[in-house]
Amino acid sequence: MHKNFKIIIWLAVLILGVSAVSAIALNRGESISAMWFITAALCIYAIAYRFYAAWIAASVLVVDETRATPAERLENGSDFIPTNKWVVFGHHFAAIAGPGPLIGPTLAAQFGYLPGTLWILIGAVLGGAVQDMVTLFFSTRRNARSLGQMARDEIGPIGGVAALIGTFLIMIILIAVLGLVVVNAMKYSPWATSTVAATIPIAMIVGFYMRNFRPGRVLEATALGVALLLLAVVGGGWIDQSESLRGLFNHDGLPLAYAIIAYGFAAAVMPVWLLLAPRDYLSTFVKLGTVILLAVAIVILQPDIHMPAMTQFIDGTGPIFGGKLFPFVFITVACGAISGFHALISSGTTPKLLANERDIRMIGYGAMLLESFVAIMAMIAATVLEPGIFFAINSPAGVVGKDAIDAVAKINSWGFAVTVEQMNQLAKDMGESSLFARTGGAPSLAVGMASIFGSAFGKGMLAIWYHFAIMFEAIFILTTLDAGTRVGRFMLQDMLGNIWPKIGRTSWMPSVIFTSALVVAAWGYFLYIGVIDPNGGVNLLWPLFGIANQMLAAIALCVATGILVKSGKSRYAWITGLPLVWLVIVTSAAAWQKIFSDDIRIGFFAAANDLAAKLAAGALPPDKAAVAPQLIFNQQLDAYLTMFFVAVLWVVIIDMLYVAYRRYAGKPVLPLSEVAHEPSRLVENWVRD
Amino acid sequence: MLKRAKHLWHILRQLTGDDAYDVYLKHHEAFHESNIDAPPALSRKEFFKLWQDGKWKGIKRCC
Repeated sequence: MHKNFKIIIWLAVLILGVSAVSAIALNRGESISAMWFITAALCIYAIAYRFYAAWIAASVLVVDETRATPAERLENGSDFIPTNKWVVFGHHFAAIAGPGPLIGPTLAAQFGYLPGTLWILIGAVLGGAVQDMVTLFFSTRRNARSLGQMARDEIGPIGGVAALIGTFLIMIILIAVLGLVVVNAMKYSPWATSTVAATIPIAMIVGFYMRNFRPGRVLEATALGVALLLLAVVGGGWIDQSESLRGLFNHDGLPLAYAIIAYGFAAAVMPVWLLLAPRDYLSTFVKLGTVILLAVAIVILQPDIHMPAMTQFIDGTGPIFGGKLFPFVFITVACGAISGFHALISSGTTPKLLANERDIRMIGYGAMLLESFVAIMAMIAATVLEPGIFFAINSPAGVVGKDAIDAVAKINSWGFAVTVEQMNQLAKDMGESSLFARTGGAPSLAVGMASIFGSAFGKGMLAIWYHFAIMFEAIFILTTLDAGTRVGRFMLQDMLGNIWPKIGRTSWMPSVIFTSALVVAAWGYFLYIGVIDPNGGVNLLWPLFGIANQMLAAIALCVATGILVKSGKSRYAWITGLPLVWLVIVTSAAAWQKIFSDDIRIGFFAAANDLAAKLAAGALPPDKAAVAPQLIFNQQLDAYLTMFFVAVLWVVIIDMLYVAYRRYAGKPVLPLSEVAHEPSRLVENWVRD
Repeated sequence: MLKRAKHLWHILRQLTGDDAYDVYLKHHEAFHESNIDAPPALSRKEFFKLWQDGKWKGIKRCC
């Protein structure tokens, strides 16, 4: 193509992108078309990918396409396999994209659409995608070593231990909060509960099919499973209609939480082929299919966003979670902009498949852009709802009151119109008994998706679309829950194995049961507290998860910055250094407020003291007084946990700065652990394309 | 057209791991034919067991 022509095209993309962002940012009207969001996102991604990511790959990392990757050098036919780049992209994206980018933006919509959207776009192109790409590159140059191993090799043993403990704790909090989201979606909903329950036997059928009936025929088995899942969504509706059957699946939060805990334990000790692996296939297919369907529906329908650009809740008084715009929008959006967890996939897992370093930009940077796009769609699905309805679904009963009339009056007093009749009609359309105080983000996302799908593909099936969306969220939340419990178990076995070697044997059944029970008990505790908390629990757990996840991202960026400095590329160290500084500010500020704020809706200690004072004065109703001691203990525990997270983060930072200082002062540092250059023999492109 | 469809099908099989056994057989032939003492290739069922169990040893899913 002619050079000038290219310049004109990129200028057009730039102008279109700037117009779209301005349209979003400056709109003060009643509503704005969702197409502006899609346009802004695509233009920003295109420019960032073409220029920033390409520059990092070529000038900072200096990817070398003639160099053999670990997949080629260590090929063994099972886990190290040079693989087609689109296939690696698919694996990588499926691994990094979980429920986080759906839930985070939905909750962050309490500030209005603008703050969350801007952070999803800016955070991804300057932070999240850079982190994923450089981690992938450094791990590829180090025989696909994991983040923890790289931290130990490059920075020192403290960094390695910090990464390990950080990963373990974030896993526990993550599983608890995800479990809570599923419980809140199933509460008193026989349709949702029976559909989610049906996914378990369906996964087992698929697992048996792949393992024994037609070994290795993954595609056949998955097709069968997806058909059964769709049947389960429709079948849930029949169960809901049947007076005798619906009682079996109509439960309060606590029994559902116990069921999830029991299920989590069973899934962790059962062989993977029976439940985890087959469910993962189903969830990946359903996830990719639904995301594509949602994108198509948004483009066809071009729905209007009804949420204001910014709500009054930027002052910290929001009903969904307490805290001001800064720093809590960054903590809440979490995975859609930058996620420390991705560094665990980018190191260790994906490099084992990478056929050529040239593909690092597309896989590392590109997959994160796609995840950011998923977050934008979740933001659209949350904000197409009338704000009154959005707050009625997402505000916990502890804030707006248990009674529908009270809740509506409270929400109206904030200036958002909604009526009891409107909510009842909506619940009826969606096939639910009530949609008030369905916290956690999943129900409101499902209502938003159902209204988008319903308008784009026919209004008649709203209830089916709603429960399809719930099934879609639940199935991969449960996959994360299974997989996370299992990984937590392996990590715990590994750690305890240093003390008592026998417990480190992953196949020794007493150890499997003991460590699985410990992991399940840890997240089960937070899940239990979340369920009995009258404020819904999400307001406590999600910020804790956000802080932990951003802390892990900061650790990954620390490792990357340290390696850049050590390789003599200090002048480029800002590409990871700037997002690192920002994350340190955000996580430290959020943690400070969560620990020391006097506001009982933000500060853990303030809330604990307030509750203790009320309990002592006898000012609590009997049902609240009964659970108050547990809630007080939990608030204090959360505060200490937050302190621990921040301490771990600062230890790693100081460790990294010390290494950088020694490098500058000309003192010896740990040598770079990069593997020596070996020419690639995969000269043809057959593997890659 | 047919070629395109075939290519897509091939990618889909790779993505899902449907072709993992074929890849393994190819690898086995290429790396072991020179070695007479090499153990015989695993059956489809044996291979799938190992492959699936190995796949879930580390962190495979996040948030």
